[in-house]
Amino acid sequence: MGTTAVTVPTRRRARPTRRLGGAGALGFGISTLWLSVIVLLPLAALVDRSLHDGLGEFWRDITARQAVAALRFTILISLAVTVINAVMGVLIAWVLVRDEFPGRRVVNALIDLPFALPTVVAGLTLLALYGDAVAYTKWAVLLALLFVTLPFVVRSVQPVLLALDREMEDAAASLGARPATVFRRIVLPNLTGAIVSGAALAFARAVGEFGSVVLISGNKPFDTQVTAVYAYKQVESDNATGAAAVSVTLLALSLGVLVALRVFERWATRHDR
Amino acid sequence: MTASRLALRFVALGYLAAILVVPVAFILYKTLEPGPAAVWRSITTPAAVHAFWLTIEVAAIAVPLTTLFGMVCALVLARTRVPGRSVLEALIDLPFAVSPVVIGLALFLLYGREGWLGPTLAEAGIQVIFSVPGIVLATVFVCLPFVVREVTPVLREVGDEAEQAATTLGASPWQTFRRITLPAVRWGLAYGVVLATARAIGEFGAVSVVSGKVSGETETLTLLVEKRFTNFDLAGAYAASGLLAAIALATLLAMTLINRKGAVA
Amino acid sequence: MRFRQLLCAVAVLAAVLAAGACGGASDESGGAQVAAASADGGRQTLSLVAFSTPEVVYDELIPAFRKTEDGAGVGFKTSYGASGEQSRAVEAGLNADIVHFSVEPDVTRLVKAGLIDESWKSGPSKGIGTNSVVSFIVRKGNPKDIRGWDDLLRPGVKVVTPNPFTSGAAKWNILGAYQHGGLSFVEKLIKEHVTVQPKSGREALQTFTGGEGDVLISYEYEYTLAARKGQDDVELVVPDDTFLIENPIAITKDAGPAAKAFLDYVLSPAGQQFFANWGYRPVSKEVFDRNRDKFATPSKITSIADLGGWEKVDKELFDPQTGSVARIEEEAGVSTGD
Repeated sequence: MGTTAVTVPTRRRARPTRRLGGAGALGFGISTLWLSVIVLLPLAALVDRSLHDGLGEFWRDITARQAVAALRFTILISLAVTVINAVMGVLIAWVLVRDEFPGRRVVNALIDLPFALPTVVAGLTLLALYGDAVAYTKWAVLLALLFVTLPFVVRSVQPVLLALDREMEDAAASLGARPATVFRRIVLPNLTGAIVSGAALAFARAVGEFGSVVLISGNKPFDTQVTAVYAYKQVESDNATGAAAVSVTLLALSLGVLVALRVFERWATRHDR
Repeated sequence: MTASRLALRFVALGYLAAILVVPVAFILYKTLEPGPAAVWRSITTPAAVHAFWLTIEVAAIAVPLTTLFGMVCALVLARTRVPGRSVLEALIDLPFAVSPVVIGLALFLLYGREGWLGPTLAEAGIQVIFSVPGIVLATVFVCLPFVVREVTPVLREVGDEAEQAATTLGASPWQTFRRITLPAVRWGLAYGVVLATARAIGEFGAVSVVSGKVSGETETLTLLVEKRFTNFDLAGAYAASGLLAAIALATLLAMTLINRKGAVA
Repeated sequence: MRFRQLLCAVAVLAAVLAAGACGGASDESGGAQVAAASADGGRQTLSLVAFSTPEVVYDELIPAFRKTEDGAGVGFKTSYGASGEQSRAVEAGLNADIVHFSVEPDVTRLVKAGLIDESWKSGPSKGIGTNSVVSFIVRKGNPKDIRGWDDLLRPGVKVVTPNPFTSGAAKWNILGAYQHGGLSFVEKLIKEHVTVQPKSGREALQTFTGGEGDVLISYEYEYTLAARKGQDDVELVVPDDTFLIENPIAITKDAGPAAKAFLDYVLSPAGQQFFANWGYRPVSKEVFDRNRDKFATPSKITSIADLGGWEKVDKELFDPQTGSVARIEEEAGVSTGD
């Protein structure tokens, strides 16, 4: 790299106060308890069920041809969606933060709509809107997933962009750098962390999406069937163990992405600590 | 004002329009198509009214619980040095990553009649699954990360000097929290609460599996939309969707008013 | 201060809203009357858990039942959904006094779980609540001139049928094809002509009315529903040889006396007439004869008994691992995939 990336620390890690020692432990205990009861316990039941018939059966469940095909399709389409929404996310965040136009605040508010709209409504609408052209094809799945993952990168990039010190950019510009270069060399490196963070969440969300996809994709095995729908099929076929096995795979995938994200964040902010 | 700036704006807004705005505008249009009177009738049937209140009730339970947890957890993550913090932080994001089908299945396996806890709870006379508690549990699951994720960075950024000063001056932990910490994070907190509320109201997948869909009892607004759609009552489905979209927009409006610090210049 | 006021306002609002949650009842057409039924409570409350299609019928039937002597004062809670899902829900603890499902295995599941007595089939209707036949729904005017099963295999004909592994009810459709031309027919149908596999019968109907495919394999009564609900660009074709669809109905072990009374009413001429009005074939011969003009008469109707019963059929054809249809579906994926 010709120039070292200039990173503006976006978080100042406050020196933790020792005064909260006892209360801190209590708080930690409460948090962990809540998290365990609400999230971990059900997932533990799931993992347990997936191994109900032994490891051999677990392996067979997740290597069934339809399961593998579904997983491959799910991962590929989620990656595609993540990349698209990462690029568009940065663009949208840029326009929202740096540009000014009437209705900007309204547009900004709308970004979070996919969080608020039920997936069934999203699927219904996309089906009605784009109907014949894309229904029951891979494009339909793409559209649905673009909708539900839209906010992630936008929302993670916005605060960083806002906090960015413009001096660097102005300096570069005054030295003759073109806007594109300024963006590429100065702004973008500062956004990388946020982009990756948002993208990871978007990906995790996309691989698990069910409500909007199931209506619109046609769920053709080996074609447009995503893993969540395949798991659903297993449940309906009274194969809860198989469904659990496939679900555990999905879970491991998402968890893997999130953990990788945390590791990346720690690495990226290593100079701050 | 350059051509490139306009181009960027055009592309960004165009994309948003295609992916986001047009579908939502379409719902609202389809909703109002039969006329306001028909829409009103559609959303005031006994089942619709009940579904509305049930949805609100579930959110009214789930969101405060999530907020409480979120606040406590954020304090732990940003203000303490308890070992295991980072594991906690990683696990917080789990609900984002779990498919609704998986959540529903997992809750089934835990609280169902043959699940881990099901029989024990049944003996105690508690019905979790197929009743409101089950719906609340599924909703709390999906809302879990929201408040934490909004408050923690704010806490970290704000720093604890003011809090330390307060303590030095003799304030009790509770006073410090109420007078210093809370006001400092209030906008992040509000934003997290609003997000969690929107999510709670819109949850469909996991609730669909655990609710039992007893009309007039465990049918939420999102389930009602699906049912009407299934029964070819498209006008009714759109009416209920429109209601949901309206609530969603109201939530977002609240967010715009709150104007989350650092979102838009 | 402004924030605190906002917070207080929100808290008050939330409290008011939460307090306002009130009981309600079933939806739409019979809604008001059934609502009164529930609020009444009265002598007893019955929980009806059924598959999704008879909802429109029960919305009319239940209020009529309440007007009878046996039904006066009986409250109702109803839950409708996909047959398999509903059955599994009851197995997992969903409260039910009467269940009405799409296929027998969904009741057998509950018998095995100890929730329904083994003698549920011993009544006069042998446990069946409603009948229908496997039929075709085509575009208005029948442009592709679909008359019988063989027409489905003509080149270029696109068929919509739900997936038999997510929709227990979809099995009826496959059996319709099976009785006509055996496994080889089913194989050709699935591999070369089925374009979309929606996850339920109702979703398949919606997919079809939404414009996909040339012909939908469906229950006869689905056509009546579609027509009544304004989908007027479709028409019904009943093939000359088809399969008898039998939807089982049963009461659970710890249901109260009103449940038996309700079941009797459903099976009575009065109750069955409600179903006939919506395109279901009545179980009672007397009512069927009275409504003869509503229904086509295929010359050959095969029933599940002719094939040896559900357990045999389920195992041979529909077992997800070893069943013939599972194999066909698996192989079909290869040829239609990329």
